[in-house]
Amino acid sequence: MRPSTSVIRDLIGKRDFYAGGMMVLLGLGIALKGTTYRAGTLMHMGPGFLPTALGVLLVLLGIAIAAAGLAPSVEGAEKEESILPEHPQWWAWFCIIMSPVAFIFFGRYFGMIPATFSCVFVAALGDKNATWLGTIVLATVVTIFGVALFSYFLQVPMPILTWRGDL
Amino acid sequence: MIATSLEQLWYGFGVALEPHNLMFCFIGVLVGNMVGVLPGMGPLATISILLPLTFGMKPVAAILMLGGVMYGAQYGGAICSILLNLPCHPPHAVTCLDGFPMTKQGRGGVALGLTVFASFVGASWGITEMIFLSPLLVRAALQFGPAEVCSLMLLGLLAGSTLARGSPIKGVAMTVLGLFLGSVGTDLETGSERYTLGMTELDDGIELIALALGLFGIAEFMNSVNQVAPINTKYTNVGIKDMRPTKAELKRAFFPMWRGTIIGSLCALIPGTGPTIASFVAYATEKKISRHPEKFGTGLIEGVVCPEAATHSSVQGDFIPTMSLGIPGDAVMALLLGALMIQGIVPGPQLISQHPDIFWGLVASFWIGNIMLVLLNVPLIGIWVKMLAIPYRFLYPSAMFFVCIGVYAANNDFFQVGEVVVIGGFGYVLLRLGFHPAPILLGFVLGPRFEENFRRAMLISRGDLAVFVERPISAVFVALCVLLIGSQIYLRLKGSKPPIEPSLQAHGNGTAPVAGEIQTAAE
Repeated sequence: MRPSTSVIRDLIGKRDFYAGGMMVLLGLGIALKGTTYRAGTLMHMGPGFLPTALGVLLVLLGIAIAAAGLAPSVEGAEKEESILPEHPQWWAWFCIIMSPVAFIFFGRYFGMIPATFSCVFVAALGDKNATWLGTIVLATVVTIFGVALFSYFLQVPMPILTWRGDL
Repeated sequence: MIATSLEQLWYGFGVALEPHNLMFCFIGVLVGNMVGVLPGMGPLATISILLPLTFGMKPVAAILMLGGVMYGAQYGGAICSILLNLPCHPPHAVTCLDGFPMTKQGRGGVALGLTVFASFVGASWGITEMIFLSPLLVRAALQFGPAEVCSLMLLGLLAGSTLARGSPIKGVAMTVLGLFLGSVGTDLETGSERYTLGMTELDDGIELIALALGLFGIAEFMNSVNQVAPINTKYTNVGIKDMRPTKAELKRAFFPMWRGTIIGSLCALIPGTGPTIASFVAYATEKKISRHPEKFGTGLIEGVVCPEAATHSSVQGDFIPTMSLGIPGDAVMALLLGALMIQGIVPGPQLISQHPDIFWGLVASFWIGNIMLVLLNVPLIGIWVKMLAIPYRFLYPSAMFFVCIGVYAANNDFFQVGEVVVIGGFGYVLLRLGFHPAPILLGFVLGPRFEENFRRAMLISRGDLAVFVERPISAVFVALCVLLIGSQIYLRLKGSKPPIEPSLQAHGNGTAPVAGEIQTAAE
């Protein structure tokens, strides 16, 4: 028997432990929120019945996943996998997440051309080999083709260029 | 029966050959093939990105185009796996095993040529199966009451999540999550809002496009950005002339091709066993009956054509439950079904009789589209090969734009672009935790119908759950569910998983666990 602290440390390092834990939390949230809706009876089910049941099911599955992660692993190496990849790409992840945000902001207030340009530009900055010039060229090219395709050809009703449009 | 099917097929060709429909089928096939070739873009990402383009179209044209996109992307994916050893889509993982060694020996062109041919044979067989089996299935399905529909859906969901890829229990968890996400928004029966957190934009539920693009677009890009190995184009110099196989090669490929086709079509009949399982089973079978199994992995043409034929045959076969029962077998089919629902068409056994133009037009267009693909792939191979060299750093920012504008175009609403950001970030967390997000989509698409039928079944039976086992057809489905869960638990307890093939392990990103999983399922 190992001392309990190192057992706990072992547990935390296991990916499935987190995976199961996350499902338990999600399921709890769903089930608790679900109880605020009317559950009804089996014959006349209310809106809360199925989601609450799904939440409970998710909690149980989460426990099973976590428990399987804790069990002395038969499959060996696979279980040791860390949650973060070998080379975490925080900057690139940030860029990818921010790219649609830029699209929303510029699209809402300035129109499709700035939205497209900023969306591609921000996303492209995430690559480790990105250069300013290359990024600008790429964003310009995509903007020209994208606006032509979506605005003229497919008639997406977003103004091409506007000034503080939605304010 | 057969005569009516053929008559309907004739009518279908009439629909598919209308110039307007023919054009969209062609565009779909071409674009699907083009995007599918790009490393890192599988059919799921391709369809989700192109889905918004179909909103303005008529339902028939839209579904023909999306169908074309799907098998076009399959063809394209094979090119990427054979020449670059990069399986963008799990069924192609086994194609790499012998396809890439052939490329290294300078026979990549032959592998591609025969793949195109094998895919065509597989697909044709799958389509034939679809023509004759769907009407039969519909006739049975029209007798189903809510209880049967419910237990059938349960079986479909369970099979789709446990057999697909990765850990079965995680797959089930993802399906449950998907079912839950499908219940967000206004409850159809009582009109009360659920889980909208006070946001009126969520009243209509989560947008399918936002979910698909978040999970298969943004989350995938986050997974691959700066992680993609520089592409090695050393071997990709392939032209038309290289594609012609010799007579001996053709002869060697002939029987494996048919075996693959049969295996694929059998796999399509079992719910939940999609193209991935079909291709793995095909490869394993081919290896087992071969006189020199030790040579597999060194560039045998049998190891390429057999799984490819199986993949295509089972992909076409997967349309049978999707179109005739309204129950998709995997995430790709769920997405296509979702596209039909966006067009206002209710999936289910009544679809074929209510919208014969869609069903028979689709069947006919499969054939037309597959012929187009053969004709396209041979002369255009040079262009496809050049496209392989497009670096990822140009690819994903452009794709991000398509994601944003596509989600916006769904309802002309920026709120949904926000949805896609949240779903994408969440999807990446799930990926890192070892979940495969595909079953989420399956649950999401089936969720509302499952709830509706469950409620109806309960109302009819006066709240008696026993109805699911008392009605014979439903009982069979429930028994199959139990059998499925039982066998998974048994395999789990037995413990010993066969070793994963080393060459598959190298690709990471979820293709690795597939091998072990499938071999277990195959035995």
